[in-house]
Amino acid sequence: MARQKVNVDWALVTGALVLSFYGIAIVYSAGQTDIPIAGYIRNAWKQQLVWFMLGIIGAYAMSRASIRMLEWLAVPLYAFTTALLVLLIFIGKGAGTAASVKSWLVIGGFRLGQPSEIAKLTVVLMLGKILAGSKDPPKSFVELWKPALVVGIPWILIMAQPDLGTGIVFVGIFFAMLFWSGISWRLLLLLASPVVSLILTVSTQLWGAWFLLLLALVIWYKPYLWEGVFLVAANVVMGVLAPILWERLEPYQQNRLRVFLDPSVDPRRSGYHVIQSQVAIGSGGWFGKGYTMGTQKRLAFLPEQHTDFIFSVLGEELGFLGVVVALTLFLTLFLRIIRIAERANDSFSSLVAFGLLASWFVHVVVNVSMTLNLMPITGIPLPFFSYGGSFMLASWLAVGVLVRIAHEGRGGKHGPFAI
Amino acid sequence: MSFHPNDVARRARAAGWISVGLVAFLIAAFFRTQILRNTQYVLQSEENRLREVPIAAPRGMIYDRKGKIIAENVVGYTVSVLAQSEDSLRGTLRRLSGTIQLSQTQQDQAVRRYRRAPTRPTVILNDASFDVVSVLEEHRVDFPSLIIMSAPKRFYPDGPAVLPFVGYVNEISESELSLPQYATYKAGQIIGKQGLEKEYEAVLHGREGSRFVEVDARGRVVREQGAQEKRPVQAGSLQTNIDLDLQLFTAQLFADSLVGGAVAMDPNNGEVLALYSNPSYDPNKFIGGVSFAYYDSLRTNPKQPLYNKALQGTYPPGSTWKLATAVLGIQEGLVKPETHMPQACNGFYYFGNRAWHCWEKSGHGSLDLTGAIAKSCDVYFYQLGLKLGLSRLVAGGVQLGFANKAGIDLPEERKPSYPDRMEYFDEKYGARSWSGGAMVMNLSIGQGENSQSVLNMARFYTALATDGSAAKPEIVHRRAERTRIMNLTPDQLEALRQAMAGVTQAGGTAASAALGGGVTLAGKTGTAQKYGNASGRVCDHAWFVGFAPVEKPKIVVAVMLECGGHGYLAARVASAIIGKYLGVPTMLNIQTEG
Repeated sequence: MARQKVNVDWALVTGALVLSFYGIAIVYSAGQTDIPIAGYIRNAWKQQLVWFMLGIIGAYAMSRASIRMLEWLAVPLYAFTTALLVLLIFIGKGAGTAASVKSWLVIGGFRLGQPSEIAKLTVVLMLGKILAGSKDPPKSFVELWKPALVVGIPWILIMAQPDLGTGIVFVGIFFAMLFWSGISWRLLLLLASPVVSLILTVSTQLWGAWFLLLLALVIWYKPYLWEGVFLVAANVVMGVLAPILWERLEPYQQNRLRVFLDPSVDPRRSGYHVIQSQVAIGSGGWFGKGYTMGTQKRLAFLPEQHTDFIFSVLGEELGFLGVVVALTLFLTLFLRIIRIAERANDSFSSLVAFGLLASWFVHVVVNVSMTLNLMPITGIPLPFFSYGGSFMLASWLAVGVLVRIAHEGRGGKHGPFAI
Repeated sequence: MSFHPNDVARRARAAGWISVGLVAFLIAAFFRTQILRNTQYVLQSEENRLREVPIAAPRGMIYDRKGKIIAENVVGYTVSVLAQSEDSLRGTLRRLSGTIQLSQTQQDQAVRRYRRAPTRPTVILNDASFDVVSVLEEHRVDFPSLIIMSAPKRFYPDGPAVLPFVGYVNEISESELSLPQYATYKAGQIIGKQGLEKEYEAVLHGREGSRFVEVDARGRVVREQGAQEKRPVQAGSLQTNIDLDLQLFTAQLFADSLVGGAVAMDPNNGEVLALYSNPSYDPNKFIGGVSFAYYDSLRTNPKQPLYNKALQGTYPPGSTWKLATAVLGIQEGLVKPETHMPQACNGFYYFGNRAWHCWEKSGHGSLDLTGAIAKSCDVYFYQLGLKLGLSRLVAGGVQLGFANKAGIDLPEERKPSYPDRMEYFDEKYGARSWSGGAMVMNLSIGQGENSQSVLNMARFYTALATDGSAAKPEIVHRRAERTRIMNLTPDQLEALRQAMAGVTQAGGTAASAALGGGVTLAGKTGTAQKYGNASGRVCDHAWFVGFAPVEKPKIVVAVMLECGGHGYLAARVASAIIGKYLGVPTMLNIQTEG
């Protein structure tokens, strides 16, 4: 690696730093309770701080690595993480509330981390490489087989753990990067149609309406005949499959979905989390109950306060003001990354930047929505906030990559959301 | 891959707007939850963490007429648990029963209380001993949801002696909770169950206070919140007309051997000075829940201590009722104090193909009304009754108040049984299947269709002791309520009182019960026959109702001894009570017979 000065995108780095400190402060608060809790939760903030520092080092290293090297490494890294995910099927371990989810790599009793966090990065790299490799964006379903395969393999392996939340992130990355590659929005819509079908099966009427709309779209878009047939068939199959898939879900996952539709169906158990989270946030008011003073958290009404529901702690203790500050910081970060992607030097860098953005974006939107019951509980962490070493490290590695992309990209020209 | 700068810029714009839009949507959602619905969630969060723990109010004190304590409050302990669910309550109870004695009944009771009021701390022990509390305090960490509180506990210093009128308190029952008058009460609260405690519940109850404890998600008490404490308000006290010394003295007189009831009243205003039923029992043992063994021993006791013999028990009044016959006779102008009956008493009187006996088998000879009262001559009153006739006896008896309650301020008083109108007989026996003559014969000497409480007989004699107005008996100090029930001149009343004074003089039926100190006791004995359902005559109830001093009566006492034999035995008890009250010596010790 040639020693050269890297032009650091300070807006990006500062945003990520502030978010990390903000997050560690909330993780510290999550450990402050009136009742005895596990020591690791009480000391989680120290762990988080260590991982954060490792992340800074990792980010620095990544910023020194040429994008070309990353592009070159994409295939072996992808193969490696896929292999790890395959391995997890056999030796994966659960943790905490998700004890039945085989997402942890444990060797000799030592928890190495969750490979799916690294997989988010490598899939972004691999997908970027594939999409950047072709001159034009995919124009038909046939041309989508490679990107679909790149995301599909790890996606299936992760869904097999089963980790629904991370699965959703992969879907988000897939669609976002296709969008960024310039794929026609109609194709994107048709591609998304089976997913929409799956979601709409909760109501036969909704699904029926969607299906008619889809038929109209297919006629208008005029794909190849067999593509059209495939698409319609996929939607029908989804509609039919949904109940079968439903049966295959773990009972706790089924409950989460049921509770999403109506938290009061089971206020003591599955609905409990989301009700208590809403109470915590709602009782925060404008300025919150004061840092570390949240009663919902202190008295253990709020579950998973250091991981999935960390944002509820923030909402309870720092109020609407704290929430707005956090969300604004995230938005700043997103807009900055969009600018980096826009000005990237080459299509691979640009796609990677946008893919990393998509990953965070899905995390933030899904996690934060979940605390208000705007989305079902999927156990997806909040970047820079939720306690978790691999995720902190992976997030900072991504920051490093983005710094590098910004460094190699064009300066000067302002995008629509210049920060 | 389309990376023409214009395309990229367009997509970047789209991505930017999507980001801004979604974040704005989230902020709006937080605004709705945190600002618009803040009040609702603050309330929910407070409900989550704060549990209201009621603090029982001390019940009002009960005093006697001189300010001596009849009922007070001492320090007791209650043990409650803040249960999240029935399952967690059962779990706690199970673990508790490993540490302290907790019967299955107590556990079931606690579960029922929880079901009634799941948001209140569930009372497990209403009256825990200090030992139990010490053990629980030692194991505090094992039972974090336990609330041990000192709570005022009812105490009756004189226990059994005052029970017959004061009653007792205990936890409100399931059935009481559904009554409208207890609509504001909650499971686990203490209410008056009998006597004054029940009658004056509204006065004695007080206002429950409360404090808040902070609990965690599993209902464990994290800290006490002192600031928001709402102090309980003690109720006003109850000043009674009872003379505690006289009450205790009366209880002592009955001791272990006599079974029956006694009522002492001031005839001039109806104030009840003493009201006792023997055997009694200890109301203190009912506080915090009576033990099964104790209650069972009361329930199976053949002397029926649970049955108040002064209020609930009604007995044929026997000869004490002859004064009613006499009053009616004088009122109707049929007799005067010096009137003799056509037939002298030779031990029996023939009526309707049978001989009706006088209690004195050798006969009293020819007596005037005064003598007939003193000697309680049945034959005289048979004839007076026949002169009056059934309808006048019935109407007169009702007028004198024998068909109604005396109206004391105690919930236990039972209505006496007396034919309230002529149709009574037809309804009871069927038309023409009863003999009016036999009814008259029985009624005129206080037998037959007549069953009176000790209290009601005392009430009747307050009229005889005064100007013919009966005083409504009052335990709690209130304004005297007197009703004129007999239409007699002062002279006629005086003559009757003198006749009754003869009862305790030489030759009278209760000569052995006379008072010393120059005070004359006037009254009437009664020896009422008790009939069993199958066994015929079982025994005689001994009655005496009297007053003193005869010139200006200050006290009326009615005493009834169940199966006590002859009335003079009751007279001795009454004499002792009156002697005690007036501070004059009595003639004899009380002899009791087996």
